[in-house]
Amino acid sequence: MNKVAVVGYGNTKFTKNELPIETLLLESTKQLFDTTKNLSQDLIDGVIVSTNDNSKYLGAILSELAGIKPKISHTVEHLCSSGTNAVISGFSYIASGLADTVLITGADKIDNPGQILKWDKSRGEFNHPIYWASMFTKAHKRQFNTTDEELAVVSAKNHKQAIDNPNAYSHKPYTISEIMNSKNVTDDLRLLDCSYSCSGSSSILLTSEKTAKKFTDEPIWISGIGQKTNSASFTKNELTTLSSSIIAANYAYKMAKTTPQEIDTAEIHDAFSVCELMAVEDLSLTEKNTGASYVRNLFNTEDRKINPRGGLIGAGHPLGATGIAQIIEITQQLQNKAAKRQISDPKKGLVHNMSAAATSSTVLVLES
Amino acid sequence: MNQFDAGLKKGNFITSECKYCAKIVWPPSDYCDNCFNGVTWRKVSLYGKIIEWSKKGNDIFCISEFEDTIRIIGKLDIKNKTLGSGKLVKLSKCSVNGKCKFFFTLME
Repeated sequence: MNKVAVVGYGNTKFTKNELPIETLLLESTKQLFDTTKNLSQDLIDGVIVSTNDNSKYLGAILSELAGIKPKISHTVEHLCSSGTNAVISGFSYIASGLADTVLITGADKIDNPGQILKWDKSRGEFNHPIYWASMFTKAHKRQFNTTDEELAVVSAKNHKQAIDNPNAYSHKPYTISEIMNSKNVTDDLRLLDCSYSCSGSSSILLTSEKTAKKFTDEPIWISGIGQKTNSASFTKNELTTLSSSIIAANYAYKMAKTTPQEIDTAEIHDAFSVCELMAVEDLSLTEKNTGASYVRNLFNTEDRKINPRGGLIGAGHPLGATGIAQIIEITQQLQNKAAKRQISDPKKGLVHNMSAAATSSTVLVLES
Repeated sequence: MNQFDAGLKKGNFITSECKYCAKIVWPPSDYCDNCFNGVTWRKVSLYGKIIEWSKKGNDIFCISEFEDTIRIIGKLDIKNKTLGSGKLVKLSKCSVNGKCKFFFTLME
């Protein structure tokens, strides 16, 4: 199996702007071309688009707009984890030898249809993500005595970290008190404990080991991949653990021949505050029942190990772009190019991306 | 319109059940997710238990479980009773008009 590296990237700012999906896709792709040395269209033999947009044939459209005539081009949709699942496809093409260099661009508009899974009739009329998040939060409070303040610490940390992310949707710091007193979306969910759907686009360039040094002196290797799908319907889910994330992480750690203790930084899918508390435990980044104290300690010590770009809560959540933006952040961290967000000399990083209340999860391990 | 939606439209909460292995197939489907045999359709017991709940404005919404398998989210009328997980509910109404809707009444 060929080794696969991230060798280039481009990102738009995440905003409320209502731009055409094609415009968004091209914007981050252009940035990738502008910043990747020796890259020309003829060197790309795969183009994969990640999106929840209803527009058709976007892989071919992006290829044409960017002047690429690839061997392989298509779209991947997997709700909120479309981005990392597109990367799994690109990785597989390169690892198998079917392609050598693959462009992966993810984008969504603020009004994208990926938030509601209409097929899931078990959710009844309560099919917006705020309802499963309320159930997760209520169950977490009941089982672990989690407080509103402990939830608010997640949001305060991630909003604070997003200030140093130039592409983040939010650049406003919030105090724990402001978050706890923000609007009640439901009795168990505050507005500032939620991520926001927004418009944005992110691109990465993957290539094989034999080509990597053509594009960068600092390739970042994808050494571990795990994906687990338990179901599509929410109501089969456990409410206080992300079981698909546990399994996906174990697959990724095993493939990368590493352990959670060796992970120096991680991008976590904090769609809602409670998700980060669950994920840091379920990815074994801290012991069970210590998620809240672990995150509070990160906040108190200004340690950016978890969600250095501000997570989904601080950076925003343009669904199809999110997983790719997470990979870009870990790549920049491992290249020591994360500017004010840089943590000290990381060697290994993790990306955690999930869909529909963690009915499925994807975990990637990256290393320098 | 599929069998499930047709049932809901008449106010009947129905599920698919495998003709061969008798497994409840939920969410509703035309084939068993265990053995791929065909299914029959039958009414679900109207009595279930609360798994979890929350509140939005004046509306209480909860996950209720029926026949130890089928979980759905619906609106709950507590009729001045005390709410708790594991408590018995009755499915008082269901309908479909674009979205499926389920209504529960707290029984104890």
